[in-house]
Amino acid sequence: MSEVMVDVHGVRKSFGPLEVLRGVDLRVRAGEVAVVLGPSGSGKSTLLRTVNHLEKVDGGWVSVDGELIGYRRAGDRLYELKEKEVLRQRTRIGFVFQDFNLFPHLTVVENLVEAPVSALRRPRAQAEETARRLLERVGLADKADAYPRQLSGGQQQRVAIARALALEPKVLLFDEPTSALDPELVGEVLDVIKDLARTGTTMIVVTHEIGFAREVADTVVFMDGGVVVEQGPPAAVLDAPRHERTRAFLSKVL
Amino acid sequence: MDLTTGPAATPPGAAAPGAGPEAPPVPDDPAALRVVPARHYARWAAAAAVAVLVAQFAHGLATNPVWEWDVFRAYVLSETIVQAVWVTLQLTAYATVLGFLLGTVLAFMRLSRSPVLQTVAWTYVWVFRSIPMIVQLVFWFNLSALYEELGVGIPFGPVFWSVDSNSLIGTIGAAVIGLTLHQAAYAAEVVRGGVVAVDHGQLEAAAALGIPRLRQIRRIVLPQAMRAILPTAGNEIVGLLKGTSVVYVMSIGELFYQAQVIYGRNGRVIPLLLVATAWYVVLTSLLSVAQYYVERRFARGADRTPPPTPLRRARQFVRTLRGAAAQRDRSVVPLRFLGDSR
Ligand SMILES: Nc1ncnc2c1ncn2[C@@H]1O[C@H](COP(=O)(O)OP(=O)(O)OP(=O)(O)O)[C@@H](O)[C@H]1O
Ligand SMILES: [Mg+2]
Repeated sequence: MSEVMVDVHGVRKSFGPLEVLRGVDLRVRAGEVAVVLGPSGSGKSTLLRTVNHLEKVDGGWVSVDGELIGYRRAGDRLYELKEKEVLRQRTRIGFVFQDFNLFPHLTVVENLVEAPVSALRRPRAQAEETARRLLERVGLADKADAYPRQLSGGQQQRVAIARALALEPKVLLFDEPTSALDPELVGEVLDVIKDLARTGTTMIVVTHEIGFAREVADTVVFMDGGVVVEQGPPAAVLDAPRHERTRAFLSKVL
Repeated sequence: MDLTTGPAATPPGAAAPGAGPEAPPVPDDPAALRVVPARHYARWAAAAAVAVLVAQFAHGLATNPVWEWDVFRAYVLSETIVQAVWVTLQLTAYATVLGFLLGTVLAFMRLSRSPVLQTVAWTYVWVFRSIPMIVQLVFWFNLSALYEELGVGIPFGPVFWSVDSNSLIGTIGAAVIGLTLHQAAYAAEVVRGGVVAVDHGQLEAAAALGIPRLRQIRRIVLPQAMRAILPTAGNEIVGLLKGTSVVYVMSIGELFYQAQVIYGRNGRVIPLLLVATAWYVVLTSLLSVAQYYVERRFARGADRTPPPTPLRRARQFVRTLRGAAAQRDRSVVPLRFLGDSR
C-alpha cells in the first residue's frame, strides 16, 4: 500500500459554544480520492478548511505528506507556525471553493500565474507556459485572456481548478465544487475532476453528487454531527451502509 | 404536463403563438417591421424652458458690466496668477499623495489584528477629523511657539541633532503638513471603506494559494478596493484642491490669496474672484477627467463588456446623427438602426 498523504488525527474544532468537529479521523493515501458526504452543517467544510489551516484546530492534528500543518513539533510541544510558513505549506495543498473565488480584476491566465510567481518565485514566462498548458487540459485554452466574469460558472470553476493545479500541489481539496452551478454545467466540472482522479491526483472532495462518489471515490466518508460515522469503499458505504444515520441520509439524497 | 383546464380540444403542439384566432397577425418577413419611437412632449417642453433660462443667464454674464470681463482677461493669465495656480497645484499634489499614503497605512492599522495599532489609528482619525482644518493650519504655523527645536535622538533620551522648527518646515511645509494630516484622517476612512467592501472570499483564496501577505493586499485586495475608493477619493481630492484656499491665512501665495492681494490693491473684487473661480473650475474639470479614466482602468474585469469611452460614444453619436439624416424623409425608423445606436 502507498504512503498516507493526508492524515487527520482526532481533530476538534469549536466556534464559540458550538462544537463542529468532535474528534475526526481521516486518512487518505497518495493517489486516492476520498469523497466526503454528509448533511448540511455536519462539519464537512470545516474539516476541509482545517487541512490547509484556513481554520485552526482546537485539538488533534493534521499532517500532509508527513508534515504537520500549522505547527512544528519539538518533543511534546507544538509550536504555532508563523503566517509565512503556513502560507508556504498551503502552496502544497490546492483548495477549490464552492463559489470559485477567482480574482475578477485579473485575466484567466493572470489568475493562474499569480501564486506560482509570488509564492513559489517561479519565472513569469515559465509560469505562463504552465498556465496555458493547464488551461488546455481543462478545455479553456481559448479563454486565457478573458476576465472571469466573462465566463460561465462551469468555466470559472474549471479555471479555479487549473489555478489550484498551477502550484503542483500534493493534494487537492474540493468544497462542493459543483453546488453553485446550474445542473447542465455540473458535468463539465466533474469530468475535469474525474480526469484528475485517473491521473493519480490525491483528492478530498466534499460533494452531494452520489453518482460521482460511486464512480470516482476510492473511499467514501460519511460525516454527521462533527464525527465520521462510516467510511469505506463506495460499494460498502453507498450500497450497504452499516449505520442507521448513513441509511437515512442516503435515502434522502438518492 | 398539460396545464390547460379548458376543454382538451386543442391537441398538444397546436397552441403555438399566432395560431389562435385572437393572436395578433405576424407578417411573414420580420425585417419589414418598423418601430415608431415614443414622443416625449413633456420632456421637450421642460428642456425648452430650461434652455431659455440658461440663455438668459449666459446673456447677463456676457453683457452685464459688473463682471468687468476686460479686467478678467487682463489677469487670468498674468504671471502672478499662473504662479499662484502652480502653488495651489503643488499643495494639492503633496497633500494628496502624502495624505493618501498615511491614510492607507492608518486604514490597514485599523484593520490589523493588533489592538494597539487599531486604537492608535482610531484615535488619529478621531482627533484629526475633529479639528477644523483652518485651526490646525494656524497651529502648525505657530509650531515654533510650541516646540522651538525639533531633534533626532533616543525617545525620552539624549538628542543628537536638532534644528529650529520654523526654519525646517517653512510656511509651505507647515501648510503641506497641515493639509496632509487632515487629509490622512479622511483618506484612512475612504481606504478602509474600500477594503472592507472586497469580498472576504478573495482574501481566503489568496491565502489558500499561499500568496505572501503584502502581495495579497497590493495585488488582490487594493485593486479591487479601488473600485469603491476612487469615487470618494475623487471627491476628497477636489475638496482638497479647493480646501487649499484656506492656507491664505498663512499668507501663502496660492490662488485665492493672490486674487485677494490684487483686488486689495485695485479694488476690482468681482473680476478677480472670477479669475480664481475660473481656475478652480478648470483644475477640477481636469481632475474629473483624470478620475474617469483611472476609474475605468480599475473597472477591468468588473463588467462583461466595458462601456465605451465618452470619446467613442461621441463618435458613435455623430454617426447616428448622420444615419438619422439619411432617414429623415421617412417617418419611421427601421429596427436595424435602433439596434446600432445602442
Ligand atoms: N466561522 C464560523 N463561525 C461560527 N460558526 C461556524 C463558522 N463556520 C461554520 N460554522 C458552523 O459550523 C457548522 C458546520 O459548518 P460547515 O460549513 O462545516 O458545515 P458543512 O457540513 O460544510 O455544511 P454544508 O453542507 O451546508 O456546506 C455549522 O453549524 C456552521 O453554522
Ligand atoms: Mg460546506
